[in-house]
Amino acid sequence: MSTTSERPAARTGAIGAGPRRVEGPAKVAGTAAYAYEYRAADAAYLAPVQATIARGRVAAVDTAAAEAAEGVLAVLWHGNAPRLRTDAELPGLQQPGELHVLQSAEVHYRGQPVAAVVAETFEAAQHAAALVTLTYEQLPHDAEFSAGRTDLATPKEDHRQGDVKAAEGEVVVDQTYTTPMQHNNPMEPHSTMARWDGEAITLHESTQGAHMVRETVAELLGLEQGRVRVVAPYVGGGFGSKGPLHAPTVLAVLGARAVPHRSVKLAATRRQMFSLVGYRSPTVQRVRLRADAQGRLSGIDVTATVQSARLGDFIEEAAGPAKSMYAAPNRRMGHRAARLDVPVPTWMRAPGECPGMFGPEVAMDELAVACGLDPIEARVRNEPERDPATGKPFSTRNLIACLREGADRFGWADRPAEPGARREGEWLVGTGVAASFYPVVPPVGGSRALVRHAGDGRYVVSLAAADIGTGAWTALTQVAADVLGVPLEHVEVRLGDSALPLASLAGGSTGMMSWGSTVHAAATAFRRLHGDDPAPGAEAAADLPEVAHRDDYAMHAYGAQFAEVRVNTDTGEIRVPRLLGVFAAGRIVNARTARSQFVGGMTMGLSMALHEESVLDARFGHVVNADFAEYHIAANADVADIQAHWIDEHDPLVNPLGAKGIGEIGIVGTAAAVANAAYHATGVRVRRVPLRLDDFLDAVGA
Amino acid sequence: MHADITLTVDGRRHQLRVDTRTTLLDALREDLGVTAPKKGCDHGQCGSCTVLLNGRRVVTCLVLAVAGDGAEVVTAAGLAEGGDLHPMQEAFMDHDAFQCGYCTPGQICSAVGMLDEAAAGWPSAATPPRASAEGAVAELDDTEIRERMSGNLCRCGAYAGIVSAIGDAARRTHAAAASGIPRPAREGGRR
Repeated sequence: MSTTSERPAARTGAIGAGPRRVEGPAKVAGTAAYAYEYRAADAAYLAPVQATIARGRVAAVDTAAAEAAEGVLAVLWHGNAPRLRTDAELPGLQQPGELHVLQSAEVHYRGQPVAAVVAETFEAAQHAAALVTLTYEQLPHDAEFSAGRTDLATPKEDHRQGDVKAAEGEVVVDQTYTTPMQHNNPMEPHSTMARWDGEAITLHESTQGAHMVRETVAELLGLEQGRVRVVAPYVGGGFGSKGPLHAPTVLAVLGARAVPHRSVKLAATRRQMFSLVGYRSPTVQRVRLRADAQGRLSGIDVTATVQSARLGDFIEEAAGPAKSMYAAPNRRMGHRAARLDVPVPTWMRAPGECPGMFGPEVAMDELAVACGLDPIEARVRNEPERDPATGKPFSTRNLIACLREGADRFGWADRPAEPGARREGEWLVGTGVAASFYPVVPPVGGSRALVRHAGDGRYVVSLAAADIGTGAWTALTQVAADVLGVPLEHVEVRLGDSALPLASLAGGSTGMMSWGSTVHAAATAFRRLHGDDPAPGAEAAADLPEVAHRDDYAMHAYGAQFAEVRVNTDTGEIRVPRLLGVFAAGRIVNARTARSQFVGGMTMGLSMALHEESVLDARFGHVVNADFAEYHIAANADVADIQAHWIDEHDPLVNPLGAKGIGEIGIVGTAAAVANAAYHATGVRVRRVPLRLDDFLDAVGA
Repeated sequence: MHADITLTVDGRRHQLRVDTRTTLLDALREDLGVTAPKKGCDHGQCGSCTVLLNGRRVVTCLVLAVAGDGAEVVTAAGLAEGGDLHPMQEAFMDHDAFQCGYCTPGQICSAVGMLDEAAAGWPSAATPPRASAEGAVAELDDTEIRERMSGNLCRCGAYAGIVSAIGDAARRTHAAAASGIPRPAREGGRR
């Protein structure tokens, strides 16, 4: 462990403590207002009409019946919808094609909004939307995802080191692993309340970045940014899909322009959440490992085939993590993309890393079996001294420490070497391990924080950051209190409003790195400028500090996850009574909320292992299981003993705060640990998630 | 078509005219501005809209407002009425049993209703067959809590905290009852 320099002075010990969430009382009482919940005397409701073809053109729209329906204020379609600047340059994360809603007759995916009704009530809008009749000129579409397609695109040149074909060694693992299409499904549907007063537009929005929404909407409408305000203090989860903008927000904006001086409300229905706000691409991962008999890798070759859309390109970089996980002189990692007539994929928690650590981490388990090694030892033997991808030294890399500590805590040593060796009544019991990995990525956008002395030793700290459930509100309060040297309750943090200073997007696990470092800098500047006895109204601001060593070091967070799996010999039922993760992710600012972040990620990883799969019917181009009755996510009874621990890692190189980010790493590796444990329980190797009962029944059935 | 109904929500009586297509959830949220119950799926599949309806936990997206005429509704906001949080709400804070907070009011109403069901001897799928025949669930262990709370989904994955929060609140309430301290009063008709 590198502990080369002192941490920033902690004056109160607030950083690292575990206070309860500052916004907790409002959340448990249900008084925290989410985007759709602001009171408006003049509310109007928007209901989208979605395309029933996957490709073609809208030939005709009959709006007469809808317009005649009671309570209808406007029926919008491409012929009458307010115009957007379709040539505007949008921030790089946006998918312009997806956002040019109702601007042309073209249909690019099934479910695309092709009309919308604005009405006095939710019920009237829903009813009238059903009365809009569309006629299409349908074109043949292609929504068939397969790694065997002959038209796969290579989005960028493969990463190559040495010659992977010439790698030598008698042990070969050459397998294909797959992960399905998955949908983010935050509990709060994507919601917007938009009001155009003739001069300016105000959006109450469920978003991971108020400033990003402001900039994008301003560009689309051709307005100065000052005439767009985005308010988003409470956001009911996002997991990536509320990072980039999606069609419903634009629909609400169009509705507001069409019906000025009304607060136009749109919340996606759960069903619409499966067609309108993005998803995680399915992946097919061909993984080839070559090693000597002692399990030392000579070659790593990973090709991930992913789904993208003709409407806009989004590559789920599932071959990415293999670039830097394990040492091997010969390596190749690349992506192939099937561009289809489907909605554009988007970010979902740990895009790239989450699916991309499933295949390779199951393959490492297979390598261990092939070499007769303990799976932990197989990883230890391939520990790189420098980052294999870049050749740079690691700022810190504590993967082995996580594996060792996890093994101790989990009781790994008692594990029988052979699979299928432990039976308890009708249950086969096994344990498995996998590594977690998440890079320290640069934040999306800049940040600036303002610290103001409100008088009586009380301080207000402002920046437009989004707390989507991460605990940012509380952790930023701690950072400010610690640097200012005041009790927590003397600091009020204001977030989630584009009227506040710029803040980067809540994405890439960058919140503490960017906002935390910025608040740290602003509070430090405040004390430097105003001393310990400032006048009321005294202010100081600071921008996100530069990270001096970003280009000199490879910066990543690591973890190790352990799972116990029980497979029922009569039914094939798979249970996970124990999950344990140990993480090395730099400095932990709030122990209570950090634990929730790790455990929450692991829970979503468990959900991926056992349940989640969006089933796309290629004949029609839509997801057939578009609700919670059919797209299962982990429920309470799926989760038993689940623990997250962390190593006290000091990494002053990553940023002044020493925080690496913890929002995503928890989901990375969980599914592989579960699949590896299921193999250990049963001897059945499943190379696909979700694991299913019938994967095991033939082999374990009585 | 519209109908006139009466609802008592968190102790306050409302007379309102509703579209007969309106769900109780939308009547609460859109007509009365009571937004503690959340809309997560509108299909009875997620539990975010759970309230105590005449004392029992109910998903309000599956109740038409007209069918709730005369009902007494207690939301998470009502549990905290008077400014003091309910012990269940305190326990959720202590155990960090939420992150984004969107499913939370529903989880809390569900937990409060669930403890009453268990106290009344209602079995769950996790209850051994004989235990319910004896008229009470002897021990509300973690397995029972998980089973009984599985109608309330949480995408942030706060289940571990939710289970420990409910266990903690149940023990606190039990201890308070044993020591003669009255359970916190709640608006709404109890069984």
